[in-house]
Parts: sequence; structure tokens; C-alpha cells
Amino acid sequence: MDSKRTSRRQLLSGGAALAGVALGVPVHAQTHDHHASGPASGSGNAYPMLPSDKAMVAYGERSHFVTSVRIPHGSNGSPDEFGKTFHVASPIQDQVGNITPSSLHYIATTRQAFLPDIDPKQHTLMIHGLVDRPLTFTMDDLKRFPSVSRLHFVECAGNRHNARHKTVQESHGMTSCSEWTGVLLSTLLKEAGLKGSATWFVAEGAEEVKGASSMPIAKAMDDCLIAYGQNGEPLRPQQGFPLRIVVPGFEGIFNTKWLRRIKVVDRYLMNYSDYGHLREDDEGAALGYQIGPKSVITFPSGTQQLPGKGTYEISGLAWSGGGAIKTVEVSTDGGKKWNRAELKMTPQRMAHVRFAYQWNWDGNETELLSRATDEIGQQQPMLAQIAEFFKKPVGYVPGLNNSIMPWKIAKDGKVTNGLA
Amino acid sequence: MGSLKLAAALLLLGSPVLASTALAQSAPTYGLGRVPSAEEVRARDINISETGEELPPGRGTPKEGEKVFTLQGCIVCHGPEGVGGVGPKLKSSTSQDLPIWRRERILPLRSPFATTVWDYINRGMPLGREGTLKPDEVYALTAYLLFVNKVIPEDTVLDEKSLPKVKMPIGEGYARLPDWKPNTPRLTGYPY
Repeated sequence: MDSKRTSRRQLLSGGAALAGVALGVPVHAQTHDHHASGPASGSGNAYPMLPSDKAMVAYGERSHFVTSVRIPHGSNGSPDEFGKTFHVASPIQDQVGNITPSSLHYIATTRQAFLPDIDPKQHTLMIHGLVDRPLTFTMDDLKRFPSVSRLHFVECAGNRHNARHKTVQESHGMTSCSEWTGVLLSTLLKEAGLKGSATWFVAEGAEEVKGASSMPIAKAMDDCLIAYGQNGEPLRPQQGFPLRIVVPGFEGIFNTKWLRRIKVVDRYLMNYSDYGHLREDDEGAALGYQIGPKSVITFPSGTQQLPGKGTYEISGLAWSGGGAIKTVEVSTDGGKKWNRAELKMTPQRMAHVRFAYQWNWDGNETELLSRATDEIGQQQPMLAQIAEFFKKPVGYVPGLNNSIMPWKIAKDGKVTNGLA
Repeated sequence: MGSLKLAAALLLLGSPVLASTALAQSAPTYGLGRVPSAEEVRARDINISETGEELPPGRGTPKEGEKVFTLQGCIVCHGPEGVGGVGPKLKSSTSQDLPIWRRERILPLRSPFATTVWDYINRGMPLGREGTLKPDEVYALTAYLLFVNKVIPEDTVLDEKSLPKVKMPIGEGYARLPDWKPNTPRLTGYPY
């Protein structure tokens, strides 16, 4: 098989005369072509060719020139010595547009978990508790309900930028955005007949730790999505194949993967994952639930290098757990003047939106910032504004950290963390 | 037309008991899915709430728990008495005089409910053999870990009645979640 493939490649990229004979094209015609397209190898194509093997035909791969990869986030290894996955950050410095490629979606698991290998034919979702009829759905059942497809980000509560981070992948890589396809949880709860006494629900996964979280029933009826699809294909195993819940705008941990059970209850049911989110003060509890308005510049960002003064498109991502992004502003002078950025698509509710601002760098040292405002009027704060509001030292950030991220541009074009 | 649809729904449900419930409440729109038996629900529902009403019968003491901690291999990851292993530390080393929020985030110390400790050991331990512990073993391990953290005395017997009554050090001293509403800022008065 190997020798056969090699000989075919040699044929394709090899001598002109051989190729010409094989294709029945006169040799002199090919020679003429070469002159027209500049210096080239004998086949008439200036580039080496990729092997067109069965795997590439069946399920494509990116170019081997594209090397952007995820990295373990924080101090925990993923996979660790037991083969478990915990926190893995997405290379958002390399991404364009609004959607995160499924292969590069950030990963987080409850506790640190093994990724279950679930046969979708065996998988069921049970809805029970305060409903008129408990119901068990197969994957086929779920696909017979009216489906919806929506863009939503999922962000981990651990996505907290600090002065030690070098790159935007380290500081902001624990957020990703996909087009999720599935059934609205409200559709399923109506099918089961929600009782009037229902106030909370628990969503539980099928992985070995059976990660579970409690959420208000109002959220379930508003916009929760029981998703089987991600970016046009079934969910990836790392994203909960074959089924997950997407809880738009809530901290990542609520978006239970490998979803196997939903229990409707009349009280806050404290699961292990909920215990992990207990806070002493009301501010911390409230701000660590629904994600605030947030944005970050991904180009230019930490460890990147501007080749010299001149025009650049400053580009980044903005999102909010409160709704759609309304505006993003960019400052190129450390926050003295704010300029309206261009949004690269119609902002969706609880979804990343790409923003950009055209900038002419004069070659002087400066600081780049971005600031998002969402449709319910929440505006991304500076660290100092949070401290001032709570009358605490600068650096105090209750809940998920949505403060403004500064990137320093040095005279030589080097980009570094502005918090450092 | 409505009654025809309802009749069809009742036929789908099959059981006369469930059908009469449905009559009193609501009718399904799509008729998809299957009504699980009470046994199927019991088998899958592993949630233990703070009232402990879902707890299976069983019992255990700290002394028994200490043995289970070794026999089930907990000690391998968590270390003797739950300290010094590669796994999370399970025994507090801080003073009981400190406020709970200044002490370690250890489940059998910080949790507002002893039932959450039971629930987590039952669903999430031991690593690689989750869900295999017997109720008595879970009661015993819960008792042991509450004892080493000085939450309960050594002679306590934990069972489905006494476990929900254990007074945890945190008491009522933790923040409740806000009453969440759609399209509403996270914290009243907070502009960010």
C-alpha cells in the first residue's frame, strides 16, 4: 500500500515527460505552461501535492502548515498521569471569525474526569421529578422534536486573566463559541408536564463522577438547549457526545456534558459542583453565576511581534452572559480615548462576536484595551472600577473576572501582558 | 379535536394510573419518549438532597469508616487520615477557632450539608470504581471524614435518619444564589 502510494506521488509530482505521456498531452505544450507560471517543478504545479488518501477524502484535515493547538490550562496536566482531562485552553490568538473549531474548543471536566466513550444507540436522557410524566428519550426520540440551532459561547469560571499570563491563550483561552443544535429544554419539560411547584432542576452527566449542577427552572424555560450537534456535526466526545445541555451565559460548569438525567425539584439541591461554587458573600455568589460582559484583543496579544509602524487591524472577541453584545470600544492610548470598533457579524445572544479596529501605529510605546457593552447595559469594567465599586484594593474581582485586559506595545513592536 | 388528541395521549401512556394523572394535569404535544418504571427512575436517580429523604437504609461509624478508607484504597490517593496523598486533602489542619471561610475548602468541613458529602462519595469515589460502594460503606466513610474534621464525635452512628441532622460548621453562613431572571443584570446596582 505504501509503495503504491509513493509511486503514485512520484508520478504526480515527478517528471514532465512522464506526466505528459500519461495524460496524453504533448510535451512542448507543457513546457510552454511552465514559462507562463514561472519557475516550477516538472509537473506544471509550483507546489508539492498532498497525498489524496482515503482518510483525507473521508474526513479532512487542516494543512500541516497550520500548527495551532490547545494547551493544558493552569498547573494541572491534561492528560494527567492517570489519563484524565481537566482544563485545556483554546488557542484564541490564532482564530478568526466568531466560531471556535470543534477540535480546538476548550475543555473542562468536573473534578478531572476520564472522557466516557458512549454508544449513542445505548444513550438515553431521563427527565423526572416534579413533572406529570417522567420520560426517557433515546437519541432518535430527541431528533424527532423540533430542532433549533444557535450560536453560544461556553466559558469556564477559571478563565481569570492575571499578571503571570504570557499569551491570550493562557489568559483567556477557556472560552469557546459554537453553533449548537438540539431541542429546547422547555420543549422537553412541556412534553413531560412541568408541575407548578418546580423551582430548580439538576442536570447530571454520565461520566464516572456523574457531574451535576442545580439551576433555576426559569433558566430552563427561557433558553436552555439540549444539544446533540456542534458546528454541523455530532458533539465531540470532549464536548459531551452524544448529548449535553447548553445553558447560555452561565458559567461553564453548568453546561453538563454526557447528559443522562434531568431532575425537576422544588429546592436548591446542592451537588458537589454547586458546593464548589459556594461563596461567603452575596456579591461573589451573584457575579459567579451569569457571566458579565467581557472582551479581549486577540491580535496583537501577548508574545506577538509587530514588524514595524503602520496599519494594523486590531481584532478580538466580545461576549456576555446577559445577552447580545451591543458595542465594543478599543483604546490605543491606554484608555484615554475610546473608539467604536466594528462588529464582524450581527451579535447573537450569549455568543462571541468578532470586533476589529483599524489602527495606524506610530511606533511609540502604548497600551491597547477593549471594552464591551451588552444589550442590557452592562459595561466591562477596569480593575480599578471594580475595586472602587466594592471599596476594596485593586485586584479584587468577585465572581468571574470580566475586567478589561491591557496589552502593552513596546517600541520594538513586542507585545506583552499589560497587567504585568 | 382536543379530546381526540388527549385520548391518543392516554393510549400512548398505557397505564391507567398514569393516564388519570395526565388527565388532571397536562397532555404531551409530541408523544415522544417512554415513561420509565418507578424502578428505572430509582436506579438512575442518585441525588441526595439536604433532607436526606432519598437516602437508602444503612449505617456506619467513624471507626468502621477508617477501615473502609484503607480497604477501598482511599488511602492510596488521599494519604493516611486524608493527608499527604496525590489526591485532595480531606482533613483540616487549621484551628477550629478560625471562621470557616478562613479554613480549607474540604468537602466534609466546608459543605453546608452532610448529605452532599454522602452524595459525592457515593457518585464520585473511588477513582475508576465510582458507584460501587455499598450504602454502609458510604455512611462509614462519611462518618470517618466528618470525625477527622471534628464535625462529629467518634461515637456517632450515621444512618439515613441521623445523617441529614448533622450540624455542619458553616451553619447558615454562606451566600444564597440570586433569584435569576432573564435579561437582568447580575447584581442589582452593579453596572458591570
